[in-house]
Amino acid sequence: MFSRKTFVAATALIGLMTSPALAQQISIKAGVLNDRSGVYADLTGEGSVIAARMAVEDFKAAEKGIKVEIVSADHQNKPDVGSTIARQWYDQDGVDLILDVPTSSVSLAVSQLTKDKNKVFIVSGGGTADLTGKACNANTIHWTYDTYALAQGTGGAMVKAGGDSWFFLTADYAFGHALERDTSAVVQKAGGKVLGTVRTPFPGSDFSSFLLQAQASKAKVIGLANAGGDLTNSVKQASEFGITQGGQKLAGLLVFISDIHALGLQAAQGLVLTESFYWDRDDQTRAWSTRFAKLNGGKQPTMVHAGVYSGLLHYLKAVEATKTKDSATVIAKMKELPTDDPLFGKGSVRADGRKMHDMYLYEVKKPAESKGPWDYYKQIAVLPAEQAFRPLDAGDCPLIKK
Amino acid sequence: MFELIGVPPQALFGQVLLGLINGSFYAILSLGLAVIFGLLNVINFAHGAQYMMGAFVAWMGLNYLGLNYWAALLLAPLVVGAVGIAMERLLLKRIVHVDHLYGLLLTFGLALIIQGLFRNQYGSSGLPYQIPPELRGGQNLGFMFLPYYRGWVVVASLVVCVATWFMIEKTKLGAYLRAATENPTLTQAFGINVPLLVTLTYGFGVALAAFAGVLAAPIYSVNPNMGADLIIVVFAVVVIGGMGSIMGAIVTGFSLGLVEGLTKVFYPEASATVIFIIMVLVLLVKPAGLFGRPA
Repeated sequence: MFSRKTFVAATALIGLMTSPALAQQISIKAGVLNDRSGVYADLTGEGSVIAARMAVEDFKAAEKGIKVEIVSADHQNKPDVGSTIARQWYDQDGVDLILDVPTSSVSLAVSQLTKDKNKVFIVSGGGTADLTGKACNANTIHWTYDTYALAQGTGGAMVKAGGDSWFFLTADYAFGHALERDTSAVVQKAGGKVLGTVRTPFPGSDFSSFLLQAQASKAKVIGLANAGGDLTNSVKQASEFGITQGGQKLAGLLVFISDIHALGLQAAQGLVLTESFYWDRDDQTRAWSTRFAKLNGGKQPTMVHAGVYSGLLHYLKAVEATKTKDSATVIAKMKELPTDDPLFGKGSVRADGRKMHDMYLYEVKKPAESKGPWDYYKQIAVLPAEQAFRPLDAGDCPLIKK
Repeated sequence: MFELIGVPPQALFGQVLLGLINGSFYAILSLGLAVIFGLLNVINFAHGAQYMMGAFVAWMGLNYLGLNYWAALLLAPLVVGAVGIAMERLLLKRIVHVDHLYGLLLTFGLALIIQGLFRNQYGSSGLPYQIPPELRGGQNLGFMFLPYYRGWVVVASLVVCVATWFMIEKTKLGAYLRAATENPTLTQAFGINVPLLVTLTYGFGVALAAFAGVLAAPIYSVNPNMGADLIIVVFAVVVIGGMGSIMGAIVTGFSLGLVEGLTKVFYPEASATVIFIIMVLVLLVKPAGLFGRPA
């Protein structure tokens, strides 16, 4: 009896020692903070939470002794609401990193707070290039896209394709102005001209008057420096007034696939846009997106969803490699390790926090070219990461000067 | 080529026409509000949500039942009007005896709930809805390209506005309605079913909103917030026209569309605020509104 008991105990002990469960377990709490009820709810929202869960699953975190819990909240696109939630997450709920955060003003606020609390912030939804520019800090990584890359992609490519005169429809607030400014710079640098611009009240529903002004300007390209409902309304009405049929091209400066879905191909056809991810790009993106769509009520992922997945995956890799969740150590590792995942391919995280990957220029298909639901884009060009994103030394990021 | 204040006349004509088109939406929506306020004394904040429901019913009809635009134009006002009648019977009726403010709060709350439900179900980025094939394309008028659909919007809303005005001001039914507004107790004493009139009037006002929603579906983004964005402007239109004044709502709707259209040419940044500036001025000079009678 005695010897048998000892034997069992000994086996159990050996079992415990070899099982990874006994290896020091790291538990991580990741917060997905985004818009869950407003204009950006479809392109960020619950989809980003699904993407984060998929990252944990694909990383096989549990097998590697890393326990990951995911929490989520709605920041309502308001900086004060976003900061309050982030503060509570960091101070009381033990959240280690925050993901996503669309609406540039909110992501700037959360970035600053993350720096103060020495946590980790991986931005996917927020767009302003200031996050890795003058507002950059050592705790923030900007993953999916930024306004500079959008301007570079759509602006540069359209001029190259002969669209050398532009007229802007600009949403009359900080985001629209920034997008117009960045794109104008690209257009002019490439030898194009900006014939005019009209500042449209935000949010607006009728853009026909502004579109007629754009039409009258005889510009070859009408740049839409707006987003969400303003964008869908202006594209819909441009098609109604025969602007695209008349030979002028529409350039969407911030367009997500969810916007195209909302517009329908009849109205959106011919629109040129820049994205860093398209579900139907290759076998790997298709396989991932099929899994995602099943969990997301049949809706395909946007690039923001893909960025949340890819960013969290890379973070977990760094945690695995360093066996700690200490922010400075993990971020240093994230910047050191090359990135590689099925959605964005191989890339890297630059010293200023900019995630480097290629961007793609797409044109929206004609209804006849589309083979089925969500078959919306044809690829016109690939922008290598080095061309798409702002050069490291041109962003005025304080991390770089030192 | 001569110019008017720096703008070529061609562009100006175009903008005047576009202003009228936008004015038609203001006119139909503010007409519905005016009818409801006139008879029920309810400030119907759910009007925007009901307008949105009209557009969504059109979308649902097309995608679930295969009903085309023209069927939706008939059906959506009926369906949404019926929902409105249910709302009046179940909720609004209970608060007619208390202050206006309660009706405003109730309908505002309902609007938020309705928008939330639609957002949950259909997301926030919107749904596609095409212009009916009969009205695709347009006509070059020389000074501008007029899509046939926009022309149709102006005609349809003018007809609806004039018909409503005629019904209320010139028919026997309208006389009953006006009598019930003036003195419900006395009207009831004459054997007229005032509660039924009230319910039907609310249903009719709501149906007008839904009709505008269907008109808007092919040209504006069909999303749960489409009404919330518009309703504030429409309230300003009603206040300028004079609360409860039918003719006031129609005339102000079209003319403010015009003013807004012109502002979009001369000073686009102010085009969202110009209506409110006018509202402030009108309230200062004529607190009852341009067409309202002082209480």
